[in-house]
Order: sequence, then structure tokens, then C-alpha cells
Amino acid sequence: MRLISDLGKYLLLMKEVFVRPDRMRYFFRQVLVEFQSLGIDSLGIVIIISMFMGAVVAIQTAYNIDNPLIPLTMVGFTVRQSIILEFSPTMISLVLAGKVGSRVASEIGTMRVTEQIDALEIMGVNPANFLIQPKVFAAVIIFPAIIIFSMGFALFGGWLACVVTNIVTSNDYITGLRSWFDPYTITYALIKTAVFAFIITSVAGFQGYETKGGALEVGTASTKAVVYSSILIIVSNLILTQLLLA
Amino acid sequence: MIKAININKSFGDKHVLKNITTEFLPGQNNLIIGQSGSGKTVLMKCLVGLFGIDSGEILYDDRVFSKMSFKQKKSIRKEIGMLFQGGALFDYMTVEENVMFPLNMFSNMSLDERKKRVDFCLERVHLEHANKLMPSELSGGMIKRVAIARAISLNPKYLFCDEPNSGLDPQTANVIDNLIDEITKEYNITTIINTHDMNSVVEIGDKVAFIYKGELWWEGGKEDILNTDNKEINEFVFASELTRKLKQ
Repeated sequence: MRLISDLGKYLLLMKEVFVRPDRMRYFFRQVLVEFQSLGIDSLGIVIIISMFMGAVVAIQTAYNIDNPLIPLTMVGFTVRQSIILEFSPTMISLVLAGKVGSRVASEIGTMRVTEQIDALEIMGVNPANFLIQPKVFAAVIIFPAIIIFSMGFALFGGWLACVVTNIVTSNDYITGLRSWFDPYTITYALIKTAVFAFIITSVAGFQGYETKGGALEVGTASTKAVVYSSILIIVSNLILTQLLLA
Repeated sequence: MIKAININKSFGDKHVLKNITTEFLPGQNNLIIGQSGSGKTVLMKCLVGLFGIDSGEILYDDRVFSKMSFKQKKSIRKEIGMLFQGGALFDYMTVEENVMFPLNMFSNMSLDERKKRVDFCLERVHLEHANKLMPSELSGGMIKRVAIARAISLNPKYLFCDEPNSGLDPQTANVIDNLIDEITKEYNITTIINTHDMNSVVEIGDKVAFIYKGELWWEGGKEDILNTDNKEINEFVFASELTRKLKQ
């Protein structure tokens, strides 16, 4: 029952969120601010995780190829396919759900418990639209860009691991990276990421907006935002994969 | 003028406001007093539309506010300023940006005009040099004054203050009271103040409404409240040793 009630509240909130902003100029300014806080500020962690992720996938793939008939170029190929199809869009989105989701929920939750949202409402501003829409809009644009960075750094991390440990030559790795490339895999990854970005920001926005009480409830909202958006990412990942790749 | 006619509000089984009927006049400080949990804040939130009412009517100068849609209420809300208990300043904006916010959203002023208006409002609350400070750098009294500056930036016709003196020392509380009083009289604003501060009642209470267990128990002026023989209001007003001694 609670799930249905929350779903109803979420949909009603989204109805308030996706209306024309009161002031377009102010909206675009907010979107730029959110590009910075949701996107650019997350680049550091994304780069670190991506490089190590690429390195580990490369080493594990090389370790599992013990058949002399399978060429070592397969390492580069497997790293590319794993990173583009799954690791970068899904794993980095889960990381962003933790970082960005908790930030959005706690920011909006704190505004709720300190009456800043009431203040907006009394001024005649639609608070849901004013606070959540720029975040959703910014995330849907900036997250795919971040994932492109993530893919690049992960493939570089894989190359670095191969060269440093000497398990695969640089040439073999790069040849593998360039073999049988289908550009649609990138489109698929970016579509998935845009959907995940929407889930992360809208669910976190909803959790923050519905916060009642004080600091403890803000913490709870933040945790719920991460848990619910992570679950939704995993479920929608399955659905999107079936829809886009099958 | 704001009129409340037979307002009822319940949360679940709890009947919080019972048939409240009263009116608040312009150019006056209309104080709502009562014990914690008596329903003062709920009444104020109903008046500004943050809570819907179960029955009754709220009129802003004969416009039926309680029956309006969100879009219709918007035009009235531009005429409302509200001072929240904790100030409710936007933490990520400077003092100047906070005061300028309503102007950015709802006026067609140029940047220069908006800046002048902000300077005027900050001057009005004696915070001439605080433009670039963040809310985290302000004292409790300064936060309240910035919130007043923000509330008056669009020249409101109606000003709501929810416990403007809570958490302030008596001297700063006096400054805030006098400021609200000055602004109310100068711009002929209909001001409604929620408070438990008896000092405010005696200083600026042009009209006082006493809420007791969700009912409008007593109404009168600041002089009447000290001489009434109503048992509940006497228990509230003369609850402290100091006020009892002063009465004697």
C-alpha cells in the first residue's frame, strides 16, 4: 500500500516539476550551477573509479584467456565491450546515485525542514519546479558527458595495466579496442545513462521534498534516495537492455 | 484587511482549529497569542495557504483566498511577505541575493533598480553593509532583519511573522518589534504576528487574539489584556513570577 501511495505522490510531484519555469533566465542560470555541482564536481571520483575499473577488467580478462588459440587482442576487445555496455553507464551511475542522490536529497530536505521551501511557496514560486527541474535537466545532459569521460579513462586504465604488468602488449590491446566496433553500443550506453540521470535526480528530489521533521529525517531521506534510486537503476538497466539490445 | 470566517482544520482525528472567526485590519499589528500547541502556527499557515482548511473562508480584501487555485493564489502571494521563525533565508545566497530574490522572480526592474531597492530595504532594517555576507555569517537578530528586508522588498500589503522574537535576547527582540511596528504603520500593512512574547503584546499589540485549545478565546487591545478577568488568559499572561509581581 505504502509503495502505491509513494508512487502516486512521486507522479503528482513530477506533474508540478515539469511545467514551464516562472523565469526562463533564472532557470538556465540554475541549470549552469547544477552542471557544476552535479557534474563537474563528480569528475574526480568518476576518473579514479573508471581507471581502476578498466585496469581490473583488463587483468581479469587476460588471466582468463589461457587458450593459445584465443588471440590476446581479445583483452582490448573485451575491456571495450564491458566498459561501454555495462561498467561505465551502470556502475558509474550507481556511484553517482550515491554522490549526487544524497546531495540532492539532503539539500532539498534541509530546505524543507528549515522552511525555505515554505518561503518559496509563499512568495508565489512553484518550489518543486524551481528546485527539482534544473537538477533533472542538468543531470540528463551532463551525466552522459561524464560517462564518455569515464569510458575514455577506463580504456586508458586497461591499457596502463596491460603495459605496466606486461600481460598484453600495447599493440595487441589497441588492436583489440579497435576490432568489430559498433557505434550503436555508445548510443545504447548514453540512452541508459540519461534515463539513470532522470531516476537519480527525480527520486532524490522527491525524497528531499517529502522530508518532514529535522536533521534525523534529512539523513533518512538521503539514505532512501540512494537506496531507491540504486534499485531503480538496476531494474531499469535490465528493461532498457532488453528493449535496446534484444 | 484579512478575514477568517468559521475556519476549521483537523489533522486525522485531531481537531486543531475550531470555528475561528476574526478579522485583521491594515496599519495594525494583529497579534495571535496562545500556549504552544494551541493552534497559532496552524492558523497562520492556513491564512497564508500552506495548509488547506476543512471548512470556512479566508478573505484578502474581499477576495476569497481559500477557494482559489494555485495559479489564482499566486497574484495574492505577490502581495504577501512572511517572516519565518528561523528566518528561512536561502543558505546558498548572500544577503543581497536573498533580498533581491522576490524582485528577480516577480518584478520587471532593471538590475540597477533592483540593487537600489535591496539597498533601501537593508537600510530600512539597519543592515547597510551586510550585502555580501552569507546567512551562516549572521547572528540570530541579523537573520530576522534580513528576512524582514526580503519580506518587504516587493512592498507587501500583508505581512505575516511567525514568532519573530524566538531565540532572541530582550533588547534585540525589542528592535525587531519596533521595526515591524514602524513598517506596518508607515506602509499601512496588514500585519499578523504569532508570538508568546508578552513584551511584544504590551509594546506593539494593536489587536490581540488569544487562541486556547484551537478556539478563539478572547480578542482585544493591549490595554484590555492586562485588565481582563478571563481565567485562561490570565493564566497565560501572568504565568511568570515577573509578570505576577508587575501586576501587583
